[in-house]
Amino acid sequence: MNRYLRVLFVVSLILVSLGCSRKPASASAPKPTAFGAALVESSGGKQIGATGMVLAQPVVVQVNDEQGTAVAGALVELSGPEGVSFDPPSALTDSSGQVTTNVALGGMAGRYQLTARTLTKAQKPVELKIEEIALGYLQQVGFQLDDKYCARCHNPESTAERVSNYDNLEVKPHPFIEGDILNKMSDADLTAIIGHGGPALNKSALMPPYGYTLSKTEIEALISYIRLISDPPYHASGMVYAQK
Amino acid sequence: MQSSSKNTASVWQTLFGQPVRAFGVVSLLLLISLAIAPAKNHFSEWRHYQKQYLSLIRTRGDAITLQRHFHDGIQQIWLPQLGVVDRCTTCHVGLKEASLGDVSTQPFRRHPVIPHTSEQFGCVMCHRGQGAATTVEEAHSSTLAWEQPILPARYVQSSCGQCHRAALTGTPQLNLGRNLLGRYGCVHCHTIKLADGGAIKPTDDPLSLSHIADKSTREWIYAWLKDPQAYAVTSTMPNFKLSDPDARDISAFLIVNSTPIPGDTAVVPKDQKTPDPTAGASLYGESFCASCHAVQNAAGNVVGGDVGPELTRIGNKVRPEWLQAWLRNPRVYDPGTAMPHYRFTDPQVSLLTAFLGNKTDSDLLANVHLDAATPEQIAHGKLLVTEYGCASCHEISGVKKPDNFAPELTRIGSKALTQIIFLPGMQHTLPDYVSAKIRQPRSFGSALKMPQYTFAPAQIEALTTALLALTDRAHDLPMSLTVPSQPASNYQPAGKAGQLMADMACFTCHAINGRGGVMAPDLTWEGSSVQRPWLQAFLKNPGTLRPALIRRMPRFNLSDGEVTELTDYIMTVYQTPEFERDSMPSSGYPPAQVEQGKQLFYSKYACQSCHIVDTKADKGYIGPTLTQVGSRLNAAWIYHWLKDPQVMRPGTTEPNRNMSDEDARALTAFLMTLKGSAKLEAKK
Repeated sequence: MNRYLRVLFVVSLILVSLGCSRKPASASAPKPTAFGAALVESSGGKQIGATGMVLAQPVVVQVNDEQGTAVAGALVELSGPEGVSFDPPSALTDSSGQVTTNVALGGMAGRYQLTARTLTKAQKPVELKIEEIALGYLQQVGFQLDDKYCARCHNPESTAERVSNYDNLEVKPHPFIEGDILNKMSDADLTAIIGHGGPALNKSALMPPYGYTLSKTEIEALISYIRLISDPPYHASGMVYAQK
Repeated sequence: MQSSSKNTASVWQTLFGQPVRAFGVVSLLLLISLAIAPAKNHFSEWRHYQKQYLSLIRTRGDAITLQRHFHDGIQQIWLPQLGVVDRCTTCHVGLKEASLGDVSTQPFRRHPVIPHTSEQFGCVMCHRGQGAATTVEEAHSSTLAWEQPILPARYVQSSCGQCHRAALTGTPQLNLGRNLLGRYGCVHCHTIKLADGGAIKPTDDPLSLSHIADKSTREWIYAWLKDPQAYAVTSTMPNFKLSDPDARDISAFLIVNSTPIPGDTAVVPKDQKTPDPTAGASLYGESFCASCHAVQNAAGNVVGGDVGPELTRIGNKVRPEWLQAWLRNPRVYDPGTAMPHYRFTDPQVSLLTAFLGNKTDSDLLANVHLDAATPEQIAHGKLLVTEYGCASCHEISGVKKPDNFAPELTRIGSKALTQIIFLPGMQHTLPDYVSAKIRQPRSFGSALKMPQYTFAPAQIEALTTALLALTDRAHDLPMSLTVPSQPASNYQPAGKAGQLMADMACFTCHAINGRGGVMAPDLTWEGSSVQRPWLQAFLKNPGTLRPALIRRMPRFNLSDGEVTELTDYIMTVYQTPEFERDSMPSSGYPPAQVEQGKQLFYSKYACQSCHIVDTKADKGYIGPTLTQVGSRLNAAWIYHWLKDPQVMRPGTTEPNRNMSDEDARALTAFLMTLKGSAKLEAKK
């Protein structure tokens, strides 16, 4: 009798604990109905978003076969570093061979490399890397300062709302994305040229000083933004720590 | 007696066995139970993380520094004033270590740079979660005893909004969300009271429907009700998902209920020649209608401003006789409209009416066939108008504006999860609930009245962020700990000039004394800035100051009397206390000083990168063209502007150059010689 009770107790305990477990029902990936040979990016790469936020444009990738024609019904799975979420994380390509997914970047500022993956008929994986940039608080402030004070000259692109002054300047300013040149300048150099104008580094006087307009933290924010969006990416020089 | 004690002993023995053995067992049990507490402490999660951290930093170059910063045991930030007890730094040990920038594993990541420190504000102020907890589960997730989980990073700006009541540079998402709450009229139905005593005000200004029959046809109302975005993609009117009979009945009621306004329609002259369509387009362009109104082009892009409604299919919406009267003077139909009274001539009015009347979409009303309405349908329409709370946004004669039509959202950011009915398959968190509710309100029940909005994903995130900022904490914080917003200004210019300014809706674009739009320059100190003859000529015929701008001041065809009235008022009232307007002469500067100013302009300060003084040589397109600045601006204004532009117009793009008095005087002397030619100006 006692033993029965004990067994019953243990069994009910297991049942109760199973019932209480809060594992979400995992959504299984759909079954592919076709296979492609190559994965190409249609749009949505190289966007500048903010930490934790959904990117303004969805990421669209396309699956092609050996002849380069779009394949419908192929399974594309997306993955990224910690904190990145996809909606949906995997999907079958639509009739035009494309998968559209909304991407929310992780909580840390920086570059995020996303991976789109599909399988060939031979079950061999094909991967595509897509890069996105997430601005943190500091870079976000820098971005807005750039938009207000710098972009009119430093960004050569004109829109109807804002005509770029780039072409009108005798000495051309460097677009902030120009990593080849800007990465060679130290933070101190950039602080000097922003704060005291072009002549501080023997450069063009067409670049006015902003040291009496922007605060120290605002200039830091601007530099941090410039460093993050530069292409090729900027790597801070200095101590390199041994890593396991 | 004896037998009873014997009995007790035997009972004792059958239960616990030999007394010595029992004593041993009980002691052992006691020992084990005493050991539980230290063992639990020893194997606790936080100790595990602290050990992990120590082994992580051991191999690094600055191990000694990091080790010195590290403190063993439970760490706590206690801020009684804020009600914060945070032990997060027990596990998140490397938050302030700048050298841990490359570490990506939690809980050892460095905190990104923000303007606040954890000593000032703790962690849960921004991240929420349970600060006092010392296990991962309890600190981050919602448990039975604790409902508030960690806030997902994408909504973290909402926490800034708890204390910061005004827009912040670093929180674009929060700013957008707050803006949308007003712009999409959410607060017409949902009251949102603010901690400082005010409430979020709607900014969308929905039109009165009391006189709608003068303006639109019943067919258009029907099509609009069925799908507002089919008429205009930028429309902020939501879709109520009305059935055909419901839309038919509401449109019937609105038309029957409408009362005419004398003078809001004008007879369209029949005998007139068909106006030249290109002339209409160019008048539309010259009047800078596109500064406020957008039109969708063939490629599907919406081009133009968003102050007024989109005009892509305006010909479907309005009656030509109404449009005629509206263009002549919009204030007859809507006294409070943001549209200026342009004072168009009659030929101009017919030209624009014909041009706008042609902006139609033949598909929009093609399938709308409505029979004459029956009294039952009209009565049903009125019932529906009341039920859907149409009068929360629109004024409708005979229908009272309902109070608190929808749930108040004043403290939505602290809504208890137990009060929420979640959808199956949904995460049981407040942010998920709020965003799902905004995305698809009717998914929570087909009988719900909240309509379907067409928000982009980023707009939904922004709205959710703004709503999550409305927490108990935001309301209960002492005012001394918050950063209040600027109180709204009710500035009203006086007298005849004030009436004129209202008539021309100056405040739609210009701000004065804290009230008004941001499209055009702030005019608070305009009287100290410009010269009287220039202002007079400009009001008569506004010229181009900034050639690169697509938005410009339109011409209002003012009479000479009106121009003088406005000029007098602006020159007398809108003066800065910073300096005496006539403290510097407008001409007669020594040539040497002028020459020195010219040198400074081109070499030291390189002003030509943004401004043009010589149209042949200079190309700067950012600031206003200065070819005739000597007859436009006041010398003292130029001098003080050069000394510090930010003081004269806060937020201006021109940087402060920290100029010496001498340099500023020389530049002023040079600029004052640039009188331009009045004829050239008129040509432009």
